[in-house]
Amino acid sequence: MTAGVPQSASNIIRFLLDGEQVSASGLPPTMTVLEYLREVAHRTGTKEGCAEGDCGACTVVLGELAPDGTRVGYRAVNSCIRLLPTIDGQDLVTVESLQARDGPLHPVQQAMVDHHGSQCGFCTPGFVMSLFALYLHNPSPAREQVLEALAGNLCRCTGYRPIIDAGMRMGGYPTPANWSREAAYSSARLAALRALRRTQSLKFPGFRAPRSCDELAAAFEADPGAVLLAGGTDIGLWVTQQLRELPSIIYIGEVAELKCIRSDAAGIMIGAAVPLTEGWGAIVAAYPQLAELAQRFGSPPVRNSGTLCGNIANGSPIGDAMPVLIALGAEIELRRGSHTRRLPLDQFYLGYQRKDLASAEFITAVVVPAPQAGRRVASYKVSKRFDQDISAVCAAFAVDQQGDRVSFARIAFGGLAAIPARARATEAALTGRPWNLDSIETAAAALTEDFRPLTDLRASSAYRLQAAGNLLRRFYFESGGVANAVRTAEVVASAR
Amino acid sequence: MRASAMADAVDTAPRHESAHLHVSGQALYADDIALPADALHAAFGISAIAHGHIRTLDLAPVLASPNVSSVAVASDIPGENNYGSVLHDDPIFADGLVQYAGQPLFAVAARSHGAARKAARQARVDYQPLPAILDIRAALAAHSFVLPTERLVRGNPDEILALAPRRARGTVIIGGQDHFYLEGQIAIALPQEDGTMLVHSSTQHPSEVQQLVAHALARHAHDVTVQCRRMGGGFGGKETQPALIAAAAAVLAHKTGRPVKLRVDRDTDMLMTGKRHDFLAEYDVGFDDTGRVLALRIMLASRCGYSADLSGPVNDRALMHLDNAYFLEHVEIISHRCKTHTVSNTAFRGFGGPQGMLVIEQIIDHIARTLGTDALAVRQRNFYGTDCRNVTHYGQTVEDNVIHKIVERLAADAHYAQRRRQIGAWNAASPIIKRGLALTPVKFGISFTSTAFNQAGALLHVYSDGTVLLNHGGTEMGQGLFTKIAQVVAAELGLPLAAIRVSATDTAKVPNTSASAASSSSDLNGKAAQAAAQTIRQRLVQHACDSYGAEAQQVRFQEGRVLIGERSVSFGELVENAYRARISLSSTGYYRTPKIQWDKAAMRGRPFFYFAYGAAVSEVAVDCLSGETQLLRVDILHDAGTPLNSAIDLGQTEGGFLQGVGWLTSEELWWNDDGELRTHAPSTYKIPTARDWPAEATVRLLDCEPNREDTIYRSKAVGEPPLMLAISVLHAIRDAVASCGAAGALPELPAPATPEAVLRAIGGIRRGAGA
Repeated sequence: MTAGVPQSASNIIRFLLDGEQVSASGLPPTMTVLEYLREVAHRTGTKEGCAEGDCGACTVVLGELAPDGTRVGYRAVNSCIRLLPTIDGQDLVTVESLQARDGPLHPVQQAMVDHHGSQCGFCTPGFVMSLFALYLHNPSPAREQVLEALAGNLCRCTGYRPIIDAGMRMGGYPTPANWSREAAYSSARLAALRALRRTQSLKFPGFRAPRSCDELAAAFEADPGAVLLAGGTDIGLWVTQQLRELPSIIYIGEVAELKCIRSDAAGIMIGAAVPLTEGWGAIVAAYPQLAELAQRFGSPPVRNSGTLCGNIANGSPIGDAMPVLIALGAEIELRRGSHTRRLPLDQFYLGYQRKDLASAEFITAVVVPAPQAGRRVASYKVSKRFDQDISAVCAAFAVDQQGDRVSFARIAFGGLAAIPARARATEAALTGRPWNLDSIETAAAALTEDFRPLTDLRASSAYRLQAAGNLLRRFYFESGGVANAVRTAEVVASAR
Repeated sequence: MRASAMADAVDTAPRHESAHLHVSGQALYADDIALPADALHAAFGISAIAHGHIRTLDLAPVLASPNVSSVAVASDIPGENNYGSVLHDDPIFADGLVQYAGQPLFAVAARSHGAARKAARQARVDYQPLPAILDIRAALAAHSFVLPTERLVRGNPDEILALAPRRARGTVIIGGQDHFYLEGQIAIALPQEDGTMLVHSSTQHPSEVQQLVAHALARHAHDVTVQCRRMGGGFGGKETQPALIAAAAAVLAHKTGRPVKLRVDRDTDMLMTGKRHDFLAEYDVGFDDTGRVLALRIMLASRCGYSADLSGPVNDRALMHLDNAYFLEHVEIISHRCKTHTVSNTAFRGFGGPQGMLVIEQIIDHIARTLGTDALAVRQRNFYGTDCRNVTHYGQTVEDNVIHKIVERLAADAHYAQRRRQIGAWNAASPIIKRGLALTPVKFGISFTSTAFNQAGALLHVYSDGTVLLNHGGTEMGQGLFTKIAQVVAAELGLPLAAIRVSATDTAKVPNTSASAASSSSDLNGKAAQAAAQTIRQRLVQHACDSYGAEAQQVRFQEGRVLIGERSVSFGELVENAYRARISLSSTGYYRTPKIQWDKAAMRGRPFFYFAYGAAVSEVAVDCLSGETQLLRVDILHDAGTPLNSAIDLGQTEGGFLQGVGWLTSEELWWNDDGELRTHAPSTYKIPTARDWPAEATVRLLDCEPNREDTIYRSKAVGEPPLMLAISVLHAIRDAVASCGAAGALPELPAPATPEAVLRAIGGIRRGAGA
């Protein structure tokens, strides 16, 4: 730390590491947490496996103070794409943090050893940290909870069985000296994090983190060429994969108003800085049938950093949030300077990487309508792998019926066009028709009017169209069209 | 005497020697080694096109990039521009001609990893493109081969085929696989005095890295030392490929006089390094009404890529494993080694064996479906006999056949027959979700087929405090080799495991080592370490006899003590006394595998010391709307002889199985029409996740079946064979797909069985059924 600069100085990144306050300054704003750990702090336990948030070898845990300052929440994130300035004010926990010096291993670590959970060991620190985050929430998880927690960690050696076992048994070990659950949620730790709270925004050349929406709007108007950064699960890749030199960064993760979720009778408003974990949580609370989609969106570390509005702003043709949000009739709230407006989400996308977004304008929230009585809603994705994969096709359906007729249909797809888009011919073919398999077949045939999908590494054009039609059929079948199983997840192995 | 110590070492399942370091982040990999302050970081510049001449390679913008120190191109290599170990056809840097998209053209050294990567992208390359041959069919049509076509014939296949009561023809399509070791390729080259070089390399083959770095630098083997403490996974991907990385780092270190670290980022690694060979096979099989194979003709063709690398022995092993566990009396196999303008494919766990076995398993399935017989019955009908029908198509007698026993036990334990009936009933009533079930066997030959590689050395030091430092020629890539070898030494010297430390593999300690490959590392290095330990023990016994007046048979080593008649001294005390008596406490150990011989020209002999066996039953559910599949249950019974470490062997079995499942289901390598690999990162290339381990799994090692051959404590190699247990999953999916068609209809399902491939196969068999 530079002498003479006050500790609350707005240009110094401060965070906790092993109970000590760390101050970092003079570093490039795009330095990742992983680079910091390995290159600056020489803590090499955290590994780089892919530098794109897809393998989990770099997983660390961040402790973050709730806005009201009364609680701390811990979550696993991918340090390889998380930019260091965005952990300002947080508690950074790495694999080296867990074991007390000269003390025994942490229960998570000992369980991994006892169950032979490491072979080559390179992925192991990441698994330990994902399990540690789970341990703090639930030290004795069921198998399914372990699988969910590990969805973002790849191991090439073990076949995972011993790691799953370790996760299910870690609660059976004695309370550790370091990083027990009690210590994690202790008042001392809370106080240490409170001591890092800022009154002034973090700001240094190339980076600023406004603390209010007004400050954000003004900063963006003053510097409309800046990159707006939220969780960084996409922008992190611009840095680590595309090696882009970024213009100045405006980080929205410190804007209090954007970190809120508000629910009322009309719907759920999810702020632009709300991580996907909470954003999907709110949506699934209203629409339980979207739980699988939410679970298959990225992985826990990705959802813990990335935001729903970031997914919307990115607007990738293969993003999994947009089809269902469009089908639900979600709107986005935009702001530029002091001017705000609302826009139905499906009108936001004009063409590949083109959006109805003015210079210096930004998304402040997405508004998801509350469930409507009688409306059937579903969303399905198809990919090569169940967990943490990008869709070949992602479909979303919202259908109302009056009598035996379809009175309303909003259907949207990802993966079939240059943008996430409604299937208007398909909708038209279904609307006004009886809710039966004939109508579904007619509507499925209309998909060829709506889409001319590409062939690429994820799927061929023909498969995408066929699967899209079949997902419409699945939607019908799941609505009571057949009595038999329609999902592999419903079946278990045949018994003797 | 030693039996009990061995039993201790064998019966218990000590954890991996580095487990406590893995879980705490303290295990050091090459990238974690602290570097001198003047070290540079390097990155490769790679070809953007599949085939063409380089008209100009303008590196001025690379050199002008921030923090760049130096670049190296082909002309900067003082010695030979080659890292090919068999044929010298792998240039370190392309020299005028590029032969695949992703081929290294140059390397740049800069102050940081990021600066080097950015600079590498600044090169201006002007190519004159040439027509590119990208896949097997195009190569076959163009007669484009990296090595001559091989042909193996036994009996009279043509004659018997013509007479066979039944006949079937078909095609097998088998995709490749990326190793996806979690730790990417990396080397650090540190110039030492007098032109020598120290290299830290993440490699399965330190001696080859040593040799090829020396050749590149125009030096000799004794000028280069290569060390490797551990790899973050290898799987065959670090057998020949690390020499490229190490040689490029060494050339830059030589040119700049500074230490150079070359850590290849994931995407470049996947674009640049070789993978499992994809294969195409066409078969013509004659069989009888009981499903017994009478004669078989097979054309095998693999995509080797632009150079030979290990494609010769990989394809040889595919050819030798075409029998899997089946007696093929009259057979002809033609094996084409196709040259394509794609990355040069290389070793990958199984080394061609999996592809050969996949071919015969599809043939068996074809026969069974044609006859309307359960495939398991046809498999058993064709198994090698124990007394007759027991000579392989390459002339080796199968002396250790346990496949009958394994399959009978597994089928009973997994309730194969009952579940077969249940699944039939389910499928009859379930139009959307179909189930499939399959049991497939594994028989895998153990030894390098290049006989010379079947040797190993070890170096064992006992220090005067009674602790032991062991070095051997094998490398640790996670397979637990160091743990197993330490167990062997501990057992021989009657010491607790904690008394043994295995140090980093180092070409300065044990020379001329073979790659840690072919599943043979514990067989070879275990025996070498045992020999070294026995030499030391004999010296200590002699010393004990001399000092205490005992007879040799009265001296026993156990639990850290030495019992000399009635007397008991600690191992450390005896060692200290031996030191004072000027007894050498250091020894080498050496081993070569007995009995094996191989006539490469005739394709006959005994290439394998023994066979490892196993079998798996898998059950899947298939979604006929999307083609998505789910592995519901697996039951495995695998033969590891008398396991050296049952926990480690179980880990190899489970891990190998799931890696094979990835190969055959979700892991799709996809090239575009320009020959660019578009699946070069985990975002696009999907290896299994934790959820892909089935909810119901019973994985067991065959017990009470010591290796018939005199291997280390009668254990069996376990690195590669379990991968092929995953063939049961592909066949379970085939079974589910087949249930969508008419009886006897054949699924046309390639590997990997991605959702798209499965849905296409379902469509095909349904159309076939409707026709």
